[in-house]
Amino acid sequence: MKIVMAIIKPFKLDEVRDALTSIGVQGMTVTEVKGYGRQKGHTEIYRGAEYAVSFLPKIKIEVAVDTKQVDKVISAITNAAKTGQIGDGKIFVFNLDNAVRIRTGETDAAAL
Amino acid sequence: MTFKLNSRVVLGLAALAAGVLISDWALAQAAAPAAAPAAPPAPTFNKGDNAWMLTSSVLVLLMTIPGLALFYGGMVRPKNMLSVLMHVFYTVCIVTVIWVIYGYSLAFTGGSPYVGGFSKAFLMGVTLDSQAATFSNGATIHEYIYICFQMTFAAITPALIVGAFAERMKFSAVVLFIPLWVTFVYFPIAHMVWYWAGPDAITDAAKAVAAAADGAAKTAAQAKLDEVMADAGQVFIWGAIDFAGGTVVHINSGIAGLVGALLIGKRLGYGKEVMAPHSLTLSMVGASLLWVGWFGFNAGSNLEANGGAALAMINSFVATAAAALAWMFAEWAVKGKPSLLGAISGCVAGLVAVTPASGYSGPMGALVLGLIVGPVCFFFVTTVKNAFRYDDALDVFGVHCIGGIVGAIGTGILVNPALGGAGIMDYTVGKIADYDMATQLIAQFKAVLTTLVWSGVGSAIIYKVVDVLVGLRVPAEAEREGLDITAHGERAYTM
Repeated sequence: MKIVMAIIKPFKLDEVRDALTSIGVQGMTVTEVKGYGRQKGHTEIYRGAEYAVSFLPKIKIEVAVDTKQVDKVISAITNAAKTGQIGDGKIFVFNLDNAVRIRTGETDAAAL
Repeated sequence: MTFKLNSRVVLGLAALAAGVLISDWALAQAAAPAAAPAAPPAPTFNKGDNAWMLTSSVLVLLMTIPGLALFYGGMVRPKNMLSVLMHVFYTVCIVTVIWVIYGYSLAFTGGSPYVGGFSKAFLMGVTLDSQAATFSNGATIHEYIYICFQMTFAAITPALIVGAFAERMKFSAVVLFIPLWVTFVYFPIAHMVWYWAGPDAITDAAKAVAAAADGAAKTAAQAKLDEVMADAGQVFIWGAIDFAGGTVVHINSGIAGLVGALLIGKRLGYGKEVMAPHSLTLSMVGASLLWVGWFGFNAGSNLEANGGAALAMINSFVATAAAALAWMFAEWAVKGKPSLLGAISGCVAGLVAVTPASGYSGPMGALVLGLIVGPVCFFFVTTVKNAFRYDDALDVFGVHCIGGIVGAIGTGILVNPALGGAGIMDYTVGKIADYDMATQLIAQFKAVLTTLVWSGVGSAIIYKVVDVLVGLRVPAEAEREGLDITAHGERAYTM
């Protein structure tokens, strides 16, 4: 099993969700985050005070999937979240040792 | 302090000055001999005037709460929202109580040219039938209404100051500072600028002089007239005009704010950490309420529902809109983007500048005043403040003191009837007095300097006294945590 973590542009969330649902992903966790990569921030000016805002709002998605599905999930996210501009985000994949469904106690693949 | 004026502003001022010189000369040629004044009618209450002044008093309260409170509150960080709202709300309440105990008496009874006396302390002697003078012979309003109207001015002025030391002042220090400041700074300045015997007293005394036979009777009548004319505040005696409070309210509070910002020091992290406004939406609501309420402030200062109030109203529309646009375009040109905060700051700057001029200038004069004050205040809050690195958190000095000075000096020019101004009434002869720019500008400068020095020095002493008694500033941990939780035990937003 793997955790696929993707940082995407906030307005792409619904498209990514639809793409993942269509390939059979059953759930995901979404967090509002801030960060920066190659995309530069912007400057805000309030009267005389100028502030460089270097952390931009992004959405972090975490999906736990079976190892067989990882490539499909990555390409679904990539296709849905891509605009071609800098700041589209990144995808990270981790190994997942165990999974448990709290309600039933099912484990691993059955818990996903 | 040196600064460079925008070239357009310089050109505009030069053109204005040239026009003033020419028209002033023409007016001097046309001066007619004084006619004997007609007998003034007996004072009567006009229900329309009273109704308008009841309304105006409430409109000025609306300016302060919630107008000013929201305008300021939106500009601080979320952790200090309630503290700012509380400073403003507390100020309104404490000044209201002080006003009826001794404030009204100190400001608006005779005594010395510098401060009134205690003859109306606890509103002694004021009844349902008491009359307060307006600017017309034979027209008075109920004194209770005048007391309420002036009360709202006394309340908003110190409330303006709190923006300068926002986000770091101890609440107990605010609690002490506000009553001390109105007592030793506001009441004397209001007395110096606005207290006078009223039109009927002057006209009656002047009539007695005209009617007196030569010799001892004439001398006695003239002495009486001199006495009536001297029963006024010092700045009023100098001939300075301030329709609704350019000196009394704005320069007064603005300089007190600057002194406070300097004595209390910068906020922790000032210039390094982001201190962006937390809700410009609320600031826009507040600024708009200020504009609406300001019609009570300016048009209400006419004290009667007549043409003078109408003039003050249209001026308060025109100068404000012009200043908001001027700030917006100046910012767009200099900083690259036209911001909402800039537009509403310009709106307030325009309201400040037109305050002393509202009943004296013509609408086109008000338009010019607005176009000038927007860029001037923009320059002060963006460039001068950054150059001197003082932390006047919400720009009380840059908008209110500077805007007030532009307005006070501008009023001395724009009152000229030849520029469309209303002129200054000479109640001894019952007609508009001849205008002389040099004389008027000298009087205006004296009024500005008196206010700057009295309030600057007085405020510095009061801050020092408060510092010794309770300390001005919250501890560093409390400032980091935010004043809402540490001083008031509550938070504005649950997030």
